[in-house]
Amino acid sequence: MSSKGVGLSARQIISKIFVYAVLAIGSIVILLPLQWMISTSLKPLSHVFRFPPEFWPQKIVWENYPHALTQLPFDLYFANTMFIVVLCLLGELIVSSVVAYAFSRLRWRGRNALFIVVLATMMLPRQVTMIPEFIVFKQLGMIDTFWPLILPSWFGNPFYIFLLRQYFLTHSRELDQAAVIDGCSRFGVFWRITMPMSKPVLGAVAIFSFQFHWNDFFRPLIFLLDQDKYTLALGLRFFQGTYGTEWNSLMAVSLVVMLPLIIVFFFAQKYFIQGVVFTGYK
Amino acid sequence: MSLAQFVKNQSGFANLSISYQRGETLLAWAMVSPWVAGFLLLTAFPMVASLALSFFKWNILSPPEYVGLANYHKLFFSDPLPMHSLKITVIFSLASIPLNIVFGLVIAMLLNTNIRGLAVFRTIYYLPAILSGVAVAILWQWIFSSDFGLLNTALRIFGIEGPAWLGSKVWVLPAFVIMRLWSVGGGMIIYLAGLQAIPTDLYEAAEIDGANWWQRIFSITLPMLSPTIFFQLITGVIFTMQIFTETFIMTDGGPANASLFYLLYLYRQAFQNFKMGYASALAWVFFLAILLLTIILFATAKFWVYYEAESEEDN
Repeated sequence: MSSKGVGLSARQIISKIFVYAVLAIGSIVILLPLQWMISTSLKPLSHVFRFPPEFWPQKIVWENYPHALTQLPFDLYFANTMFIVVLCLLGELIVSSVVAYAFSRLRWRGRNALFIVVLATMMLPRQVTMIPEFIVFKQLGMIDTFWPLILPSWFGNPFYIFLLRQYFLTHSRELDQAAVIDGCSRFGVFWRITMPMSKPVLGAVAIFSFQFHWNDFFRPLIFLLDQDKYTLALGLRFFQGTYGTEWNSLMAVSLVVMLPLIIVFFFAQKYFIQGVVFTGYK
Repeated sequence: MSLAQFVKNQSGFANLSISYQRGETLLAWAMVSPWVAGFLLLTAFPMVASLALSFFKWNILSPPEYVGLANYHKLFFSDPLPMHSLKITVIFSLASIPLNIVFGLVIAMLLNTNIRGLAVFRTIYYLPAILSGVAVAILWQWIFSSDFGLLNTALRIFGIEGPAWLGSKVWVLPAFVIMRLWSVGGGMIIYLAGLQAIPTDLYEAAEIDGANWWQRIFSITLPMLSPTIFFQLITGVIFTMQIFTETFIMTDGGPANASLFYLLYLYRQAFQNFKMGYASALAWVFFLAILLLTIILFATAKFWVYYEAESEEDN
């Protein structure tokens, strides 16, 4: 607890030191795997299997990166992944907001009952519906296309609907009513008032969506076959299968695949944290 | 607490008597229609279809053959792997979820003590939580390497010769638990927000009453945080039970099926052996197992989850 103005007692100083020490050690433990990844990615292969292992590379080989990244068409995988991620993100952002608006700002019979269904589907493991979904997309001739990965995002995502609804509920209803009295349509209220007021939560949804689809492995694994259509996750998996013991190359490619997320995280950390805070409430 | 009550508590004007307007109702249904369509096409229909499929034998190529309860009989009695994989998935979850909650809580409490550099620590602890998938699995496969891996190298500093983590039937599950602890920051950030929302006057009152640090933790912090912990527990069960990518990349279920998590087995049956009927039965049993766990947790909630008296604020 805070000590107000007065000097700290010896006991408080000791407990402060203890807190900082534990947090610092924890931080090192958290960061070590990333340090290990960077260090391995820069070692020559002969040093990777040196015993005992070196924490810092004795010899730095930058060429590991261009060498590893040209073994497979990772630029194509990057383009495929971005295409899927951007279209999923747009769908989830637009459709989930529209749905969430009806669940939070409009009054209609059956609203709460239907919202319980939304919550229930949030808790449903997707694998239960996976097999019929696969069969349906197969019947539609969409296996080995991006459609099965993108289309579901355009039907709204229950988790984001929940998140957006919680945020929309915090807006004052008087504002909506005032706009309606001034001749603004209900949809106009949604588009011109609610959406601009909800940038933090929209940012959070965008980032969660980006993160999820960037990391997604299960769905691309099932729906994509042709190597030209691989996402980065599938490409990385294929790379691992082919160059399974070249740990310096594997670490280099893995790091490059993680990098966009890490960059987004550092620039948009605020949205990440706000978004998580929105989800954590009750 | 029931789900219906939960929703009611959350919606601002649930307790008011409302007269519904026709135009508003029509607009609302128009706006939720994409989700309703998605629910019917991508959830309701596939659920019913997979239940129906679970009574058939079908390899996609030849026509389905009705086999009654044979798939379920096989699943429970003649094929040992489904129950084995369900068992190890539950054991893994029972170890991973509480550890993540406890570590997340402890770190959040340490961060919530008016320290300097809060933003830096928070960033460091949260960073791994945003990373997941194949790249992280490959990184940890390398960390767990018995001779050249980071973990055993670090253990050697303390004079401990670590096991061959992913190659050992005993240590492969603890290895997955350790890996999942790396992303403890995801829960931590939620607890931190919850801690910061606890009114300080509660602590001041307790301090005046002479409550010590432990008493304040157990009579204020944890009860006030219990709804958040409960939410994390429920989502943790659903999320952790679905572990797939890590085992697919790192061990392929081995050694000797010691890390054959349920979804990996389901994936093999459905998309490698194309036993769509059997895999559908597996999927339904998995769904019911998660549902059962969730119901049990909801039933325990009234003993330990503390909800503040409902406030009558309406917006």
